[in-house]
Amino acid sequence: MLVRIRNLVKEFDITGGWLDQFRFSGGRIEREKTIVRAVNGVSIDIPEGRTVSVVGESGCGKSTLARTVMRLYPPEAGEVYYREQRIDNLSSKELKPFRTRMQMVFQDPYASLNPRMTLGKILREPVHFHQPKLAKGEVRDRVAAVMEQVGIDPDWQSRYPHELSGGQRQRISIARALTVEPEFIVADEPIAALDVSIQAQILNLMMDLQEEHKLTYLFISHDLSVVEHISNQVAVMYLGCLCELATAEELFSGPRHPYTQALLSAIPRLGKRAGHERLSGDVPSPISLPPGCVFHTRCRHARERCRREIPVLSEVEGGSRVACHGVEEGRI
Amino acid sequence: MSRSSRPKSLARRRWQLFRANRRGFISLCIFVLLFGLSLGAELLSNDTPLLIHYQGEWYTPLWNEYPETVFGGDFDTEADYRDPYILEKLQAAGNRVFFPPNPHSYNSITLTLDRPVPSPPTRENWLGTDDRGRDVLARLLYGFRLSVLFGLSLTTIGTLIGILAGAIQGYFGGKTDLFVQRFIEIWGSMPELYLLIIFASIFKPSVALLLVLLSLFGWMGLSDYVRAEFLKGRNMEYVKAARALGVGNLTIMYRHLLPNGMTPVITFLPFRMSGAILALTSLDFLGLGVPPSTPSLGELLAQGKANIDAWWLSLSTFVVLVGTLILLIFIGEALREAFDPRKQ
Repeated sequence: MLVRIRNLVKEFDITGGWLDQFRFSGGRIEREKTIVRAVNGVSIDIPEGRTVSVVGESGCGKSTLARTVMRLYPPEAGEVYYREQRIDNLSSKELKPFRTRMQMVFQDPYASLNPRMTLGKILREPVHFHQPKLAKGEVRDRVAAVMEQVGIDPDWQSRYPHELSGGQRQRISIARALTVEPEFIVADEPIAALDVSIQAQILNLMMDLQEEHKLTYLFISHDLSVVEHISNQVAVMYLGCLCELATAEELFSGPRHPYTQALLSAIPRLGKRAGHERLSGDVPSPISLPPGCVFHTRCRHARERCRREIPVLSEVEGGSRVACHGVEEGRI
Repeated sequence: MSRSSRPKSLARRRWQLFRANRRGFISLCIFVLLFGLSLGAELLSNDTPLLIHYQGEWYTPLWNEYPETVFGGDFDTEADYRDPYILEKLQAAGNRVFFPPNPHSYNSITLTLDRPVPSPPTRENWLGTDDRGRDVLARLLYGFRLSVLFGLSLTTIGTLIGILAGAIQGYFGGKTDLFVQRFIEIWGSMPELYLLIIFASIFKPSVALLLVLLSLFGWMGLSDYVRAEFLKGRNMEYVKAARALGVGNLTIMYRHLLPNGMTPVITFLPFRMSGAILALTSLDFLGLGVPPSTPSLGELLAQGKANIDAWWLSLSTFVVLVGTLILLIFIGEALREAFDPRKQ
């Protein structure tokens, strides 16, 4: 395993100002905190050279998961191992060597490039930072080579991001991640902000680069057809919890978790009348999670046990891992 | 995208927008010209000649000291070139002396006046003299230079402190932000003028002391704007990308956030400078500013008030002061328009 994520928990304190946390009640000053449980004990293994996708509707914690794995946020609990070395508790200095091995591509290509820097400068920064001893010529060659790989003319180094289209910017964003020659790339919805016509180009680019550089991807997306196309394994998240973890073929041919079933039935298919399963109600607030299975408020198979007991991820026949009492009991 | 067009940085586009604003650009040119001239004030207005040709030899009294005896005087002290006796020797046949266009320094007293001081404009003193017989034009020239230099330094120091405080607040946020903000509130409620009066009575007044005291309070307005820019900027994805690379906080602040957060800083610069000049003038007017005999616009205004019938004092100072402030405000307006994101 290249990366192992174990019971990762990430919470955000959204109380606001420090002074706002204190309240008067019954003659006593009390400190109150409002906490959003963004990621709730997620465990995923990412094998080398593969693509693991995380899907789920917006607000389910998939981007937070990606950023916590990258240590942009420190986790509250749980562990992250990189090549069996624990990295979630390292200081930022100790983490520095890992920064060249794991990189991130962001969603919004308009926000992820500094508007004040030329493309050359943007791409040289990582190299200068991690290999300050590299000669000028070598840096230039490396940047030119990376630009070539992502399909941007290396002569464009003196251009500014605002002169590029969204797709071109995302190519630069990918190029920036590649300049330090990483093994592992976390892609946080890299194509969500792009035109449909450009999405395929960027996806193909990413798949070509994976083959060429033996890259491993953690791919965050809410687009199920894209996930089906690119992934080896898929993790389905709902309200910060993992529902189902399966290979792409398993998941798309026979989803087991009721949430996954509902999610997959929402994919529009050509030539088929919409027969998709509708979920009632809204996603509960991540501030006060429902007890037991987080999905029980909307699940039509919910029973008493689902309201009390939190299901654990367990293997079912076919190799999928599902967190559902119903599946475990053989009801679904 | 046209391949022929040369890439333009944001700064370059803003400079072009600024230049397109004729009023602002012309104001900047005039201001830079005036400031440049005032930097060479010693060559324009001085009681020491630039060049002397005396008995076949050349002398440069501006850069060298010559005793009076060199020019036929009696004493071994430095020559006083405005002394009628020496002047007569210097202007005798065969000798030549070149004075600056305005042959008065800011603190040289015109002794040959035939009227009580302050005396009105004459061919000798183009803008008259003040109540001690000093040339007003010379004092205005040197006073303008001091005001602008003071304004520049105060603006620079205040801006640097403001950026630093705002950057720390905005970037780290949370408790740091909270405590620094409370400190600013306490600091901002200190009575600045009283402190200045107290300090003026304890310490010997000097320009440097004034600069320090005004700098202590001159940074607070700006830090709020920088804080807001940094708060906005630190959540941008390019900052996250830099963090994912492991780039340190200081480098992120300097390289990614600061260049994107400079808009309020730059647009405020001319206005802050005019504010600083006005502050110095007001303090000088009240007698709390620069030490006596230092050329200052505020002191001239105070003299104009004391001698209300000496119109050349108040009018000329008024024109210089208002002219300076108007130029700065025009520059500021043009800058603000050039930095307006809706115009791009």
